[in-house]
Amino acid sequence: METKPPLYGLMAEFDNPTELVEAARKTYDAGYRRINGYSPFPIPELWEAIGFHKTRLPIIVLIGGILGGLGGYFMMYYMEVMDYPINVGGRPFHSWPAFIPITFETTVLCAALAAVFGMLALNKLPQPYHPVFNAERFALATRDRFFLVIEARDPKFEHDKVLEFMNTLNAKEVIDVEV
Amino acid sequence: MPEVDPPHDEVREHETVPVIEPGHTFASVTDKISSLVLKRRTPLGWFIGFGLSFMLLQLFFLAVTHLVFNGVGVFGTNQPVGWAMPIINFVWWIGIGHAGTLISAILLLLRQEWRTSINRFAEAMTLFAVACAGMYPVFHLGRPWLAYWLFPYPNTMGIWPQFRSPLMWDVFAVSTYATVSALFWFIGLIPDFATLRDRAKSRGWQIVYGLLAMGWRGSARHWHRYETAYLLLAGLATPLVLSVHTIVSFDFAVAQIPGWHATIFPPYFVAGAIYAGFAMVLVLTIPLRKFYGLEDFITDRHLKNMAKVMLATGLIVGYGYIMEAFFGWYSANQFEGYMIKNRMTGPYAPYYWALIFCNIITPQFLWIKRIQNSALMLFIIAIIVSIGMWLERFVIVVTSLHRDFLPSSWGMYTPTVWDWSMFVGTIGLFLTLLFLFIRFLPIISIFEMRTILPQAEVEEETA
Repeated sequence: METKPPLYGLMAEFDNPTELVEAARKTYDAGYRRINGYSPFPIPELWEAIGFHKTRLPIIVLIGGILGGLGGYFMMYYMEVMDYPINVGGRPFHSWPAFIPITFETTVLCAALAAVFGMLALNKLPQPYHPVFNAERFALATRDRFFLVIEARDPKFEHDKVLEFMNTLNAKEVIDVEV
Repeated sequence: MPEVDPPHDEVREHETVPVIEPGHTFASVTDKISSLVLKRRTPLGWFIGFGLSFMLLQLFFLAVTHLVFNGVGVFGTNQPVGWAMPIINFVWWIGIGHAGTLISAILLLLRQEWRTSINRFAEAMTLFAVACAGMYPVFHLGRPWLAYWLFPYPNTMGIWPQFRSPLMWDVFAVSTYATVSALFWFIGLIPDFATLRDRAKSRGWQIVYGLLAMGWRGSARHWHRYETAYLLLAGLATPLVLSVHTIVSFDFAVAQIPGWHATIFPPYFVAGAIYAGFAMVLVLTIPLRKFYGLEDFITDRHLKNMAKVMLATGLIVGYGYIMEAFFGWYSANQFEGYMIKNRMTGPYAPYYWALIFCNIITPQFLWIKRIQNSALMLFIIAIIVSIGMWLERFVIVVTSLHRDFLPSSWGMYTPTVWDWSMFVGTIGLFLTLLFLFIRFLPIISIFEMRTILPQAEVEEETA
């Protein structure tokens, strides 16, 4: 006996960014929330349309930078003032102007690391497998095609209704995507 | 009245040269750039170029092996010129790297769309130039296997690095710069890795690019965080790149050597770095776009804009030279005054005047529109400027040191064959890495090229 694999969602394909954004807005207005758009390049209107306005990334980067700056400065303070003070040409042990360049560098370094790894972590990358890759034409999402997905876990999701709705969106094709 | 203001029209015509030739689509941009990487047959010219670079790389290995076996005495560096070819070449390479970060970060913040087709390549150039630069401090240590002593790590000797020294600042500046440049470059590549993963025909390359793409699928949520991260990285890289050459100049300016101890050094070094870097970008992109037929993407407008940046920074560098001479006189200091006189008329005077010719006189031709539009002329000027910027560092380092404070300690500096071998060897290292990059990674950012196409605009209905 063959069992039908569980459904991840329904995927509609579009020709250009304008159609995708328009469809995404209509979908959001129709009350669907578990939706996502896929495009070969960033489209600011698209993430606004699916209701994704804010990311926590800037605050992560700010915290990374602050920790990097404080860490760098106190690393030098500990080494040059507390652990092994050396008199260099009569300068004070806590010669703060000389500590500024490295403090700046560690600030930038930690903020940049926070930006990169924070972005990857929030995006849950690396993620080698994802259901959308099951769609045959999805490989074109990194070339010149635009896709909209309504996920099955959306509270309003009912297969036939969603299919009917998506067929009104002016899409080239609407398909089922399996998990 | 048919002839209304023809020069004006001519100017406007130049201004409208596009950053990408019209008629391209998302698909054509993707296919054109990814085919350079994915096509089966490697062009013969690539093998010739790579082979020559690889031969030079062997010279680097030979020089380094000889150096490690016999010690730094194989270099011509000796008192009173205790800093010579290694620091000259270090500063030259690291300066070249700066243009890459300027193009990818500063021009992004300034919304200069034309940067899009050259930023990937320029960033790669930055990374490889920094790698070459890093060779010099490491191998000039004498015991390069102890290079990790530069970093503050808890050790059985119970001591720490000396953080009041600019040389220590340099360690942090250059290693941070290398790390952030590598991250910036890799992050920029992720969506293009995904494109290559989906376009590759062979299973092996699908797996390789698939691993590098880390499962990128172009999701709108991902793009939002990605764009935020990219913008923040650009904002962080901008002060970083200015700080790196500033700190490199502190290596000199904090010392009390005549000709080094000057407040103009940081801005003068940063401008020189951008000047040298843009010259190197031109030297590399002009042949590249010719051999790979990329005139659609790297148009004459790009070359012209880079020429303008070169001219502007060249003028700042010229101001630096004038100020150096002025300080020599205005300081009323015997040693400063002698240094500048010795520079202009002493035993190294030919180098000084060659430097003035390369860096001040040659770029003045860039004022001429016809030269701005000629790739060949720009190529020649860029090569002359690259040589000039090497001479600048030679003059700064050697002329200040070889006439010590006491005439009894005066001396001359001549690079040995090993100095030259290592320098030419690092050029081999640089070109080898560059050829590998051209073969295996997309040399133009594919996803950013898609964004500058007119089709990428979302048309809003006005109703």
